[in-house]
Amino acid sequence: MENKIAEIIDAGTTDFTAECYELYKIPALGSLVKTIDSPVEIFAVVCYSSTTGIEPGRRPIARGKDETTPEAVYQSNPQLLKLLRSEFQALVVGFKNGDKILPYLPPAPARIHGFVLVCSPLEIAEFSRSFEFLTLLIKSDTQTPPEELIAATMREMSRVQPDPQAFLIAAGKKIVTLLSGDYRRTKAILGRLSL
Amino acid sequence: MIENKPNQALGIVTAGSVEKGTEVRLDSNSSVEDMVVGRYVTIEGKKRRFFGMITDISLGVTDQEITVSPPDTSDRFTAAVLQGTATYGSLHVLPMLTIAGDASSISEGPQPVKTVPSHFSRVNLASEIDMELVFGKEDASRFYIGNPLDMETHLCLDLETLVKRSNGIFGKSGTGKTFLTRILLIGMLQKSRAVNLIFDMHNEYGWMGTSEGGQRQVKALKQLFPEKVAVFTLDEENSRRRGVSTDFVVRIGFEEIDPEDISLLRQTLNLTEAAVEAVYQLRRKLGKDWMQRALDLKDTEETRDLLTEMSIHESTFQNLKRGLGTVRRLPFIVSRSPVDAVKSIMEYLDRGMNVVLEFGRFRDITAYVLVANMLARRIYARYQEKMESSMAGNIAAPTPLVITIEEAHKFLNPEVAPRTIFGTIAREMRKYNVTLLVIDQRPSAIDEEIMSQMGTKITCLLDNERDIDAVLAGVSGKNELKTVLSRLAPKQQALIFGHAVPMPVPFRPRDWGTVESYKEFTRGENTERQAEKDIKDLFD
Repeated sequence: MENKIAEIIDAGTTDFTAECYELYKIPALGSLVKTIDSPVEIFAVVCYSSTTGIEPGRRPIARGKDETTPEAVYQSNPQLLKLLRSEFQALVVGFKNGDKILPYLPPAPARIHGFVLVCSPLEIAEFSRSFEFLTLLIKSDTQTPPEELIAATMREMSRVQPDPQAFLIAAGKKIVTLLSGDYRRTKAILGRLSL
Repeated sequence: MIENKPNQALGIVTAGSVEKGTEVRLDSNSSVEDMVVGRYVTIEGKKRRFFGMITDISLGVTDQEITVSPPDTSDRFTAAVLQGTATYGSLHVLPMLTIAGDASSISEGPQPVKTVPSHFSRVNLASEIDMELVFGKEDASRFYIGNPLDMETHLCLDLETLVKRSNGIFGKSGTGKTFLTRILLIGMLQKSRAVNLIFDMHNEYGWMGTSEGGQRQVKALKQLFPEKVAVFTLDEENSRRRGVSTDFVVRIGFEEIDPEDISLLRQTLNLTEAAVEAVYQLRRKLGKDWMQRALDLKDTEETRDLLTEMSIHESTFQNLKRGLGTVRRLPFIVSRSPVDAVKSIMEYLDRGMNVVLEFGRFRDITAYVLVANMLARRIYARYQEKMESSMAGNIAAPTPLVITIEEAHKFLNPEVAPRTIFGTIAREMRKYNVTLLVIDQRPSAIDEEIMSQMGTKITCLLDNERDIDAVLAGVSGKNELKTVLSRLAPKQQALIFGHAVPMPVPFRPRDWGTVESYKEFTRGENTERQAEKDIKDLFD
């Protein structure tokens, strides 16, 4: 599996957390990832990521006083790559059972140690044919404000579309309907949607 | 040729009631700016199709906050997203007719609306074919009077139905009433089997008329249909100067004037109520040539005795005399008329000829009211006699007669309407085969009762609130039609509603005044004439 980028270390019905195999190789905010739990493929949107020390109580210390670039710090301290780790949290937005993509929560959460893969443009295009999954994003309660998350997701998805602008307008219309009565939130999202 | 274009989808029905009409939410890809009040739409209900008119167009928002802090208008993206979602256009559609889906209803044709379409029914712009289904095609009794606004379809009136009732043409001065009347008169002349008697105050219907602004001469009835129209004139000299070929010169004798005629002129002659009363007394006392004799009364003891006997006050008599003097000064009034104008008009009408009575220079209202009322009264009496004999089975019923009067409020205002013959005709309708075509610019001055009896009303632009109310009184969807009426263009647009059309239609009357338009109007006529000529040639 060449797209394999991370492994699940914490999983729940609505989201999972995965640790990246390589430090800083985190998928972009709002990108679509999946994990396969045969026969189900669970799709999720990256909603929060972080890089911290592997030991919770131990904070990294500053090491670059005599170095010229941040890269040089890592070169002279190769152990850092083992002492630090990158993780991300992804919100479950749907799953695929057989050929059918379903824009709601799967019956069971992903498994720990399940591999997390980056979705191909074809998969993204297929998944974004319906905007129903936006309901899950709007209701989400993560450290990232939902407006930022929704806008990032739509921007990411628009990259694979033949007409990104038309895609964003259609998505925008869906968001307006879902958020009807909350013009401020709508405006905040729309302001972040332009490419 | 009407093309079968696919109907343009507009939106869906979101709310509605039979009384108030339906609300239609526009699709995000139809722009409010393309919509026009007065356009026709079809609504595809589940069981039936509805036919309605756009009567209002509005802008809506789902969230009031948008109006408080509107989005940046330079941001096209936001504008595109909000259009049709948070901000939308909506139409107010007044359904007027329905066609149920089953075969029997289709053959019956459109019926008046008694329900509303169900939620989310699709709304489309009415196609030419839909319009034809509702308004029919030009045929033996239907006459093409114009096109519904923004459409190519021919709006056809069933003229036989139309002339069965009195009708009205209204509109401000200069909005095209005369053109419209000419078109309608031609229609009647060709297709209604009725004859017309036109009291032509401004000399516009018989021979030449002028277009708006007077730059251009336009033809009138006699020039186009010489076999069917006779021009009578009150002012021979004027007619001759204008090059009109007249058929008859009308003169009116003193003894033909009745007290009713004078009472009708009370306001124009500035008579007092007592003076009008005195007229009746004088008629009783002095007999048929009362007018001549009253005018000849000298200021003598005898006269004073006579007046005292009739209890007419001296000043009242002077007031009356001044009024009668005005009438006498009218050049077409003679002490004894050499020919009987009424008899002659009747002869023409009986032959199926249409009569236009020109007033020449006598355009003042006194002459018009006096002559029109007097002639109409006597013609009506003849019709009444004939109709009664025909009911008894002696003779055939007389040809239906349509009398056209201008400045109708002078005859039909609440004060004089009960006394004029036109009031009677308007109320009694077609009992005696006589109906009116009323042309007026102040419909609010016409008696309400008479307005309510009119079968079909055609109105050009009106902008006086009272006039609009008077014209639309009693029509269903009055408020909606008000919007349509007040938005008509100042020229060449009119709204027709009533008996002869299945639903109100704003329309643009046919062209008049160009060579092609004359050809169009006389097309059927000429072929008929040619055919007759051919037959004649063949046998001679």
